[in-house]
Amino acid sequence: MENDILLEIKNMRKVFGDLEVLKDISLSVRRGEVISIIGPSGSGKSTLLRCATLLEKMDGGSLKYLDTYAATTVDGKVRYAGRRELKKIRNYFGLVFQNFNLFPHYSVLKNITDAPVHTEGVPEKEAVETARKLLADLGLAGKEKAYPCELSGGQQQRVSIARALAKSPEVLFFDEPTSALDPELTGEVLRVIRRLADQKMTMIIVTHEMQFAREVSDRILFMENGVIEVEGTPDELFSSGHGRLNEFLGRLKE
Amino acid sequence: MSLGVMLKQLSEGLIVSVEIFSLTLLFSLPLGLIVAFGRMSKFKIIRFLITFYISVMRGTPLMLQLIVVYFAPYYVFGRTINGFRFPAIIIAFSINYAAYFAEIYRGGIESMPRGQYEAAEVLGFNRFQTFFKIIFPQVIKRILPSVTNETITLVKDTSLAFVLAEVEMFTMAKQIAAKDASIMPLMVAGLFYFVFNAIVAFVMDRFEKKLSYYR
Repeated sequence: MENDILLEIKNMRKVFGDLEVLKDISLSVRRGEVISIIGPSGSGKSTLLRCATLLEKMDGGSLKYLDTYAATTVDGKVRYAGRRELKKIRNYFGLVFQNFNLFPHYSVLKNITDAPVHTEGVPEKEAVETARKLLADLGLAGKEKAYPCELSGGQQQRVSIARALAKSPEVLFFDEPTSALDPELTGEVLRVIRRLADQKMTMIIVTHEMQFAREVSDRILFMENGVIEVEGTPDELFSSGHGRLNEFLGRLKE
Repeated sequence: MSLGVMLKQLSEGLIVSVEIFSLTLLFSLPLGLIVAFGRMSKFKIIRFLITFYISVMRGTPLMLQLIVVYFAPYYVFGRTINGFRFPAIIIAFSINYAAYFAEIYRGGIESMPRGQYEAAEVLGFNRFQTFFKIIFPQVIKRILPSVTNETITLVKDTSLAFVLAEVEMFTMAKQIAAKDASIMPLMVAGLFYFVFNAIVAFVMDRFEKKLSYYR
């Protein structure tokens, strides 16, 4: 089914100076799929996420959300869509950052409602209702008036997940969502992501939490040196006997 | 001269000082932001011109700038303008302080983490919204102590208006001191400046406290 493909990346390339960070990456994401991207630091997984979320401009290939192209390559030159299309595309996805990037001068509630109200024209009342529901769902009921600095890291990350969800995205990206958290706080964030997976939220997660990736993912991609080295279901991947992957997993266990 | 008359005359001078002070802030704070944008422009030529402007404003005496602005109409249009003295003072003070404020703004803006811009971008805010809703309010909090410093300096700098024969408080004090052959009027003027600045510091402190609800 064609329109079940939410995101299609073809031959994506990204260069920083002389360094080719992404080499010919292709990836299709179906509705409801949970994909984890693992790999050593510097392998290009964060760059892939940043290119897919338009924070970084790619240097080759194409990027398509549903039936709208964000970027295509014509005669070796990348061409990005116009402002209006890109705005539409930004509404298709949400991104959860490693260090939350909440707006510190806004209350929890305003962090969540401000974008829907001022970028999509959602009525304030409706946005507040949605936000309250999301907060309750994420175990943050009663924190509406708090400021980010008054919350723990785990709570802040859950607020940032609520903020991303408030725009009802088709696909949600996570860039190492627990890497900035104390070990005892990672659990509460992973639980939230797991719940979203159960609700069939389409997600692409860059993570170092192998056990979590194994449990929650439909597919795992192992990246190294700017290419997807191996990909498959968790079982396929962890029993693949792929040399580099095993080396990477072995290093994590040390 | 009786103390009452002296205080009355000094108060008249003080009003002029307060006028210079308020009008300078009113114009230089917004102008400084525009200058800061120019200083950070992606166009090299604008950046160069603004950098040059800032270095002249910071590198030459304000007293000289006052004189240059006052006589500018004569050298540009070949004639003087009646009643240009006070406007000249405000223009000179404003463009001078705008240069300092611009650098303070720039420091604040450049200290903002990239993540704030990126979060705003991903959420769909346009550049204007990102700056005025997300970045600028946080910049204000960060730069407030430096702005307080400049503002306090401005209170004392108003005395430089004497160079254009504007009778602000310090000029007034000097005149009385010369007439009475006493240092007393100058000491009283000093006290006035001190109180003026105490009020400025108090108000700025209230601002800072008001913004201390977040980190």
